[in-house]
Amino acid sequence: MKSNRLQQFLIPLLAVLLGMIAGSIVMLASGYNPIAGFYALVYGAFGDTYYIGETIRQTTPYILTGLAVAFAFRTGLFNIGVEGQLIVGWLAAVWVGVSFDLPKIIHLPLALLAAALAGALWGLIPGVLKAYLKVHEVIITIMMNYIALHVTNAIIRSVLSDEGFKSKPVKESASLHSDFFDAITHHSTMHYGIFIAVAAAFVMWFLLERTTKGFELRAVGFNQHASQYAGMNVRANIILAMVISGAFAGVAGAMEGLGTFGNISTKAGFTGLGFDGIAVALIGGNNAFGILLSALLFGALKVGALEMPSSAGVPTELVDIIIALIIFFVASSYMIRWLLSRWQKGAE
Amino acid sequence: MEYVIEMLNIRKVFGTFVANDNITLQVKKGEIHALLGENGAGKSTLMNVLFGLYQPDGGEIRVKGNPVRITDPNVANDLGIGMVHQHFMLVDTFTVTENIILGSEPTRVGTIDMKRAEREVRELSERYGLAVDPTAKIADISVGMQQRVEILKTLYRGADILIFDEPTAVLTPQEIRELMQIMRTLVREGKSIILITHKLKEIMEVCDRVTVIRRGKGIATLNVAETNPNELAALMVGREVQFTTAKKPAEPGKPVLEIKDLVVKDARGIKAVNGLNLTVHAGEIVGIAGVDGNGQTELIEAITGLIKAESGTIRLNGRDITNLPPRKIIEAGVGHIPQDRHKHGLVLDFPIGENMVLQTYYQPPYSKRGLLNFQAIYEKARQLIREFDVRTPDEYTKARALSGGNQQKAIIGREVDRDPDLLIAAQPTRGLDVGAIEFIHKRLIEQRDRGKAVLLVSFELDEVMNVSDRIAVIYEGNIVAIVDPKETTEQELGLLMAGSKRKEAGVS
Ligand SMILES: Nc1ncnc2c1ncn2[C@@H]1O[C@H](COP(=O)(O)OP(=O)(O)OP(=O)(O)O)[C@@H](O)[C@H]1O
Ligand SMILES: [Mg+2]
Repeated sequence: MKSNRLQQFLIPLLAVLLGMIAGSIVMLASGYNPIAGFYALVYGAFGDTYYIGETIRQTTPYILTGLAVAFAFRTGLFNIGVEGQLIVGWLAAVWVGVSFDLPKIIHLPLALLAAALAGALWGLIPGVLKAYLKVHEVIITIMMNYIALHVTNAIIRSVLSDEGFKSKPVKESASLHSDFFDAITHHSTMHYGIFIAVAAAFVMWFLLERTTKGFELRAVGFNQHASQYAGMNVRANIILAMVISGAFAGVAGAMEGLGTFGNISTKAGFTGLGFDGIAVALIGGNNAFGILLSALLFGALKVGALEMPSSAGVPTELVDIIIALIIFFVASSYMIRWLLSRWQKGAE
Repeated sequence: MEYVIEMLNIRKVFGTFVANDNITLQVKKGEIHALLGENGAGKSTLMNVLFGLYQPDGGEIRVKGNPVRITDPNVANDLGIGMVHQHFMLVDTFTVTENIILGSEPTRVGTIDMKRAEREVRELSERYGLAVDPTAKIADISVGMQQRVEILKTLYRGADILIFDEPTAVLTPQEIRELMQIMRTLVREGKSIILITHKLKEIMEVCDRVTVIRRGKGIATLNVAETNPNELAALMVGREVQFTTAKKPAEPGKPVLEIKDLVVKDARGIKAVNGLNLTVHAGEIVGIAGVDGNGQTELIEAITGLIKAESGTIRLNGRDITNLPPRKIIEAGVGHIPQDRHKHGLVLDFPIGENMVLQTYYQPPYSKRGLLNFQAIYEKARQLIREFDVRTPDEYTKARALSGGNQQKAIIGREVDRDPDLLIAAQPTRGLDVGAIEFIHKRLIEQRDRGKAVLLVSFELDEVMNVSDRIAVIYEGNIVAIVDPKETTEQELGLLMAGSKRKEAGVS
């Protein structure tokens, strides 16, 4: 029992280590110094307060997109539409952020709520189609991503700017910007959103594990037949699950719109935050606490990687490969688990 | 070289729970050896050890005299050990042959040689009298046939020791007789068989020897010819067992369930229930007897709201409940022990405790202001586990980890405890040991005596005759006769179930 606990803890660490070894081999083979490379990666993520601030800022939306994917997973759905839900959430937050003049105590929550509602609406559509017409949510959510991207771009051009590519900045009263974090992290872009993200993780845990509704959502996720037999409304739960998942994604968009960027620009392509959320959720074991950790891993890798080309001379393409290797090893940690059990058996 | 299989002092522990406590099982060549024991005694666990699915924590396994280590099912296959699982492992959309060769496909220049495979499967099937069509799709054949495909799968891989884990639990009486015949053919051809079953009749009929285990310990190995069902039951349960449950005459009260002209279509759009009428009164048990597939499933699902009725009415205590959502029907006072416990009865990945409140989780005391009250939930779970003798390490164990019979006891406990006005019990004792069956029958009769209505659906004529106050025979979606169990015989019921009229059956 005790050794199991220890394993739970050791395996992810071991996986990161293995990923780094594989990355080292790649760097050596291409004529770069792996020690300098990984030093740059770690320094670029945690080296000083500025980098720590940036890492936390990057972690913030990852937590929320990870939660969005995980919430759907736990209720038996595969939400690939987190990306689109995030984009509409971003748009809604900025729209509210630039359009009103209100006291902060009202304006900021209103903007966040708008983001959550927009994401929820984007989840509602595939939810309804799945529940009533049995259309697979993966197909609809992929379509919804494209609709979100292009509709948002059109609105930014025609409504939020005069044929420009960028909205006005959100009003101070709707901003997540933090003078305090700005001061202690040497002007990093870290903002108050991290508190919202961590609170959201708690909300997800509480909702699923402690509430009556969560009991129903989990039951439907595991076994629709038994849930129907027990008198639960399977359709309503499928729709609700997609709506809540979408709301988390929408709030992730608000982190970018009200915090990191403070505005919204037209996009040539997807942000990737939503898709990375799938990996964050899987590596975090679809569990709220695990997602906090895996989002931090993703945030750190993403931010730290920026330092590798400049201070260790590793080209960006190679950096991408190295990051992917680390993620690959973490994701396949069940392989490590298997190796460990083989080992133990051999030792007996 | 007398024994083909020797499992000596096998020990298997889950956490702190000892599932197999130094059990010894020795199987001779060419015999059918029964493994008998209560629900949760450790039979499946022992067989999973032999098949390489679990690693033993102690003991030794010998195959044909040689000590072996069976680290996974492939090793078991190589040693000639095959297992027919209770839950089949077949690909629905594949043909019989494709399923059988899966994993050991014969190839010719890199492509699967389907012609040869089909020929081989047909030969095997004929040799052992299995009558399986090698080209049929799995989805299109009956459960009994699917089981034969599982048997063929093991034979195709060259097994000469076959393990059957409760093969008869899912079969109709006719299919059971055929399976017995197949097993006899198998041993005649030199195979050895280990058979797990709770049905003592089956052991007496086909087995040569029997090993009894109780609570993880080996109790005895006997020659079947020298024992009898009473002794076997007493050995496995540890006390005397009554095979027929004593009960007072029923005192039927007002009608609780009234079904009028009910029509229900099955998934293919065929009228599975076709203008059915039936009334169940308070204080009586009505048993539905019939061959599987005559509309029993659709009838129950329509009453409980799981599928829609085409026409007709269903009344509960005088109130029309036709096509209401399941929750409304549950709240109106219907309890349902479903036929398929894995599909409908349990959320297997939930702890057994949470499964105990599957219908009531939103009501006080289990839910307060939208939050779950785990204390109350697990309190209830502990009470039911105690009362219904559910053998589980604790109430936090996943339902999946419980033995089949104990899963069933948990469901029955949950449904009876809700104290519904109408209790529908579909195959309530499927997979239960004789002790548990006695207990369940008592609880059904107890519900009746407390003035509740009970609708029992069972393919076991023994059970229907034993427990019911009235028997309704269902045939092609209609109730074709209502008989008094005290005035009928298995023969008469059998004829009625096959569609002959009452008169022809020799009763006026
Ligand atoms: N994977 C597991 N983890 C924990 N406990 C288990 C596991 N598998 C089985 N058990 C426990 O071991 C005991 C024996 O289970 P087993 O399935 O062998 O019983 P069985 O004799 O086949 O019973 P049945 O007749 O009901 O099928 C049960 O109490 C069960 O709860
Ligand atoms: Mg079993």
